[in-house]
This record gives sequence, C-alpha cells and structure tokens, in this order.
Amino acid sequence: MKEELFVSGRNIPNIDPYLNIWHWQIPFYLFLGGLAAGIIFFAAYFVVSGKEKEMPATVKWAPIIASIVLVIGLIALFSDLKHKLYFWQLYTIIRPTSPMSWGAWTLMAITPLSIVWVASYMKEMFPKWDWKFGFLNHFEAFVIKYRIPFSWIMMYLAIILGVYTGILLSAFNARPLWNTSILGPLFLVSGFSTGLAATMWISNNEHERKVLSRIDIVFILIELFLIIHLFMGFMAGTAVKTEAFQLFLGGEFTISFWVFVVLLGLVFPATLETLELWGYHVPKWIPPLLILFGGLIFRFVMVEAGQITRFLY
Amino acid sequence: MAIDTHKCVGCSDCVVACQTENNVPHGYCRDWIVEYVDGTYPSLDMRFQSERCNHCDNAPCVRCCPTGASHIVEGGIVLVTHDKCIGCGACIESCPYDARYPHPDGYVDKCTFCVQRVEKGQNPACVDVCPTHCLHFGDLDDPNSDVSLALKDRSWKVLAPEAGTKPQLYFLT
Repeated sequence: MKEELFVSGRNIPNIDPYLNIWHWQIPFYLFLGGLAAGIIFFAAYFVVSGKEKEMPATVKWAPIIASIVLVIGLIALFSDLKHKLYFWQLYTIIRPTSPMSWGAWTLMAITPLSIVWVASYMKEMFPKWDWKFGFLNHFEAFVIKYRIPFSWIMMYLAIILGVYTGILLSAFNARPLWNTSILGPLFLVSGFSTGLAATMWISNNEHERKVLSRIDIVFILIELFLIIHLFMGFMAGTAVKTEAFQLFLGGEFTISFWVFVVLLGLVFPATLETLELWGYHVPKWIPPLLILFGGLIFRFVMVEAGQITRFLY
Repeated sequence: MAIDTHKCVGCSDCVVACQTENNVPHGYCRDWIVEYVDGTYPSLDMRFQSERCNHCDNAPCVRCCPTGASHIVEGGIVLVTHDKCIGCGACIESCPYDARYPHPDGYVDKCTFCVQRVEKGQNPACVDVCPTHCLHFGDLDDPNSDVSLALKDRSWKVLAPEAGTKPQLYFLT
C-alpha cells in the first residue's frame, strides 16, 4: 500500500502536535461580540422604523446588556494578548488588510457609542435619574435630537461588528476549516439570533416578544440554510477542505456540532418558538437559553476545530 | 534559500546552531527537521527536509498583522518588530507552515534568516554549520549567487504552493 509518512521531532508548546494558540478568550469574545451586535442592530432598527414605543426592552433595556458584554469581551481579548504592555500599538495604525485591525477600531467606536445609547435612555428607564452636570444634560439633549442618524450609524457599526468576527477567521487561509467566505454572514446571522434571544428573555411585553420571536425564527432558518451551504461548500472544496470538514463528519467535533449547535441550538428552539406562536405554552426562558448556548458552543467548536486543521502534514 | 533534500541527513545541526545563534528559548525551535518517507515497502523513498519560515513574497502573516509588527524588509526577509507586536497570535494562525511561535517574552518569533549575520555579509547560522553543505542561501535575483546556482540545474519544489504565499524556501528534489 502506498503510504506517505512524516516524522518530526519538533514539539513547540501550543504549536505541536496541533495548533492551540487561541484559548477560551477568543471564542468567548466572538460570542459576546455577536450578541452585542445583534442587540444593538435591533435597538437601532426599531428606532429607525418608528416602532420605538412598542419595543421597550429591545430599544432601551437590552442595550445595557450590549454595553456590559462589549466591555467584558474587550477584557477577555486583552487578557489573551501575550505582549499586553504594547496593546496600544493597535491604535497607532489602521491596516485595511488585517481584519483584526478593523475589529480593534470598530470596537473602539461601538463600545463608547453603545454606552452613549444607554445613557440617552436613562431618564426614560429611571425617571429620577439626574446627570448632575450641565454639559451631560446638553449632550443628552443633543443625542436625543439626532437619534435617527445615530441609529443609522449604530446599525452599520453593528453589522460590521457581527460580520467581522467571521471575516477574521475566514481571512486565515492557513486554517482550511475557517477559510470560507460564508463564515462572515454565518457569524452575523448567529449574532443577530443570539441578540434577539437575549432581548426576548428580558422582555415583559407580550407583543414585543411575539415580534422578536417571529424575526428570530426567520434568522434561525437563514442560519440553518447557511450551515447547509457551509457543509456543501466544504464537501465540494479542495482536498484540504474536505479533509478539514471530516472533523464534523465522524471526527472529534461531530457530536458537539450537530447535536449541541444545530439540534439544540437552532432546530429545537426554532420549533419551540413556532409552537409558542401557535398558542402552545412554552416556558419563556427555554428557547433563548438554548439559542445562546448554541451560539456559544458554535464559536468554541469553530475556533478549536479550525486550529487543528492545516495545510501540511 | 534552497535545501538539498538528497544531501540532508537529518543531523539537526541547523536546529542547534540556530538556537545557539539566536538565543531561542528552551523547548522552542525556529527550524526543524521533517523526515519524509513514501512508497510501498520495499521500494521506499526517504528525504529529509530542514524547514523554517519560508519568508514568503505574499506573506499572510504580514497581511494579517494588525499593528504592522510583521513586515518584509528590502531583500525579502520577513521580520517581526518586537516593540510593535501585541502577541495577538493572528500571524501564527495565518501561517500555513506553522513557522511562528509565541516567545515567552510575549512577542511572536520565528526564523529571521539570521538577519544580524546577513547584514554583515555572512550566511545564516544553519547554512554555515551544515556538515553536508545542503543549505544554500543568497540573493535569488543574482544569477551567480550560491542559491541561484543550486537551483539552476536541479528540479525543486516549494511547500504548499496552493496556499498562494509565494514561499522563498526551495527544496531541491
């Protein structure tokens, strides 16, 4: 039988036998980034479409989660850096060929802006809130006056945030499992779906939850379609791609992906949400919890499995 | 650089010389030996490849570096500016040859073609120390350089050309 055998004595920690440079901080941040992108996008969308009053949790309360989650994500990213004292070098240059550079600058823009968004609704959420400083009151009035353009900016930034997490991985052509351009839209849709799930969970308004539920089912169906697309793309790809995808077709990540991400994270909650819309009683925390869980596991699986795939040997 | 896979015996002198010359931390290496065996017993073919960073012309590590720490200098050597490196690991993820590693000091490190020696007109440490003289280094644009002469009459291959990186490490087969 014709065989090829490669032997090497190299044993660099975290590089051999399989690459494992990015640990839990990166998939954790990718999940939080997608979640924040989803929350911010829909908050801005409902303001622009004039439905602000009907969607209180989406527009006012959920962005609090988005701001907190963005800060936690940034802390996770910072803790993953190996040369932390030099992190500021990221902000001395914009490198258009590096998705990591886009991400750094997008986060730099969207994190304070999301805090400003929350601040502009403080008086509506907590009527006794007082800024105490004159300039803050002026700033609040300015933001409220220009809320529509602000919302458009937030929608674009949210889309960039959601999609760049996928583009970041797909730009590394050395990891065949990541090098597919469908990863960008897939992460975006997944992020939107997790954002909707988190908002649904905290909402007390029946009408709002119905609207979000309907949109969420559509996004889950789009996500399932994109996953089928991903599957077909890999099966029809080059040898490194078909080899890489074997990790999900009988390899170590088969169960994690198809059971936890697809079945429990997408199919099952979509079914539950549809049943709920048809009138059956479903405890309101189950579908959102499953969607959030599925989104988190998806990113953990993609980052870990991707680092195992390679071009050579 | 060109590596004659028929002359390499896998002695790993190049590995040790590099570690000595460049103060590579214990447990890490900038170049390594891959023993390649193929065929059907008893007609087997064995080659040794001394691999390192390929100093690609279209280096993905340079493309994806968010701070510009990873850069190509004149002459084609890919280097990392330690003070600009934030240790994000993007370059490590983007290298199809797995040539980079995170240095314990925090920045990302790899083969530099002993740029400190090349600047003085010398060869990299691995080239000078190889007992079978299977490593050839020099200016590929100069038809009389050691590496150009080595490539002239031999068939050669590069690793993973389909990755689109235009690697500058040629293995004479």
